[in-house]
Amino acid sequence: MNTELQAGNALQNITVAAGEPWVGYVQRGQTLRIVDLEGNQAVDTLFYNAQDLTEHYSASDTIRGAGNLYLTTGVTLRSNLGAPMLTITQDTCGRHDTLGGACSAESNTVRYALDKRHMHSCRDNFLIALARHDVGLQKRDLPGNINFFMNVPVTPDGGLTFADGISAAGRYVQLRAEMDVLVLISNCPQLNNPCNAYNPTPIQLMIWAAG
Amino acid sequence: MNSSSSAGTERPPPLAPSTPEPLWSERLTPGAHWSGILRRGVSLRLTALEAGANVAALLYNFELLSERYSMADTLKAQHTAFLTAGCVCYSDMGRILCSISADSCGWHDTFSGLSDEALITRRYGPSRYQEARNAMHMNGRDSVLNELGKYGLGKRDLIDNINFFSRIAVGADGTLRFDPHHCRAGDFIDLRFEMHTLLVLSTAPHPLDPSPRYAPRAIQLQAWHSGPAPAMDACRSRCEENARGFRNTEMMFLS
Repeated sequence: MNTELQAGNALQNITVAAGEPWVGYVQRGQTLRIVDLEGNQAVDTLFYNAQDLTEHYSASDTIRGAGNLYLTTGVTLRSNLGAPMLTITQDTCGRHDTLGGACSAESNTVRYALDKRHMHSCRDNFLIALARHDVGLQKRDLPGNINFFMNVPVTPDGGLTFADGISAAGRYVQLRAEMDVLVLISNCPQLNNPCNAYNPTPIQLMIWAAG
Repeated sequence: MNSSSSAGTERPPPLAPSTPEPLWSERLTPGAHWSGILRRGVSLRLTALEAGANVAALLYNFELLSERYSMADTLKAQHTAFLTAGCVCYSDMGRILCSISADSCGWHDTFSGLSDEALITRRYGPSRYQEARNAMHMNGRDSVLNELGKYGLGKRDLIDNINFFSRIAVGADGTLRFDPHHCRAGDFIDLRFEMHTLLVLSTAPHPLDPSPRYAPRAIQLQAWHSGPAPAMDACRSRCEENARGFRNTEMMFLS
């Protein structure tokens, strides 16, 4: 139903460079499209209720509500109060992760090596975005996020791996806001993980008015 | 192996090793909520007094409450979707809140979250204090919000919690299935605290427990002085990631 959405009709149409944060608002009924321009780029994303920022995206509420670990078309993204925040209306990638969270300087020292602390990370993006925009959010307001275009399968025996991506250049995910939301994105700068071929790349964000 | 349950004969019976003289012990009634401060070097045993128990748990650094348990960092550092002996619980600051020094259960759920009032009322019907007194139905989210409020925390601080004693099987397509036979009476898990930790617990039903009967189970808590993880330790040596996580944690306690 959204296939008629054209770039020329978008309220916003911007490119976010590799490793950059983005903060913006999507109103209830509006559609947000995130495009993986060059393929296998992780887009670390959080949503907040724009009217009450203490209500935020919740991975566990979303997983439980969907009855499924992986995010794709038809899944409703839920808040820490269990409320629908956005619904995935189109997905040309097929699977997105919400277990793996964001990279940070501190978790990079655990996952890779102590001397990786200096490297740019998603949480640094989140924190500098919150500091610049001064929307009233702090580090304590950073729960587990969504990694659009990331493939983190869980095996039947409970193993968890960051597998090779299943996305490709031009694939996108499209979401309809079920409430007014503040969107916080880090276009992931991770250089230590083969899942993005060690090559972070730009993404495109488009927002359309309620149909 | 029985595909419907991990509670087969392949698991040894839950015989918990004896602990040194307890510092304290306490019984959590079914549907209870609880919070406490567990200092570095204290261990806490949670024991399921009946089969089918669930304990939702949230963990925060008591010295820096903005530092809290991170489901994501815990899972990806250890390449696992569940917790058992040898695993540690990571904070969002690359440090270890607690390590799991023993576990008879084999699998503790990390990603299913909390029950809430709407779910409990829908599944079990209404049961409020006026009629039921303290047997009223309790839900996980309100229970932990009650405890968080005692420390100046609130709903913005709700994190993806652990559900001790519960197992959710994951299909190849990502579908979830609650294992009703997972937790046996007497199953236990030992949490060894590696930093001063605010621990919040709820024994309200697991949100994916399909049982039509509201029947949360009682839990025994027992704390003792164990010291933090020693140099030779199964949690420390589980993976290189954990060795670095312990190093990061120990840095905080050097003076």
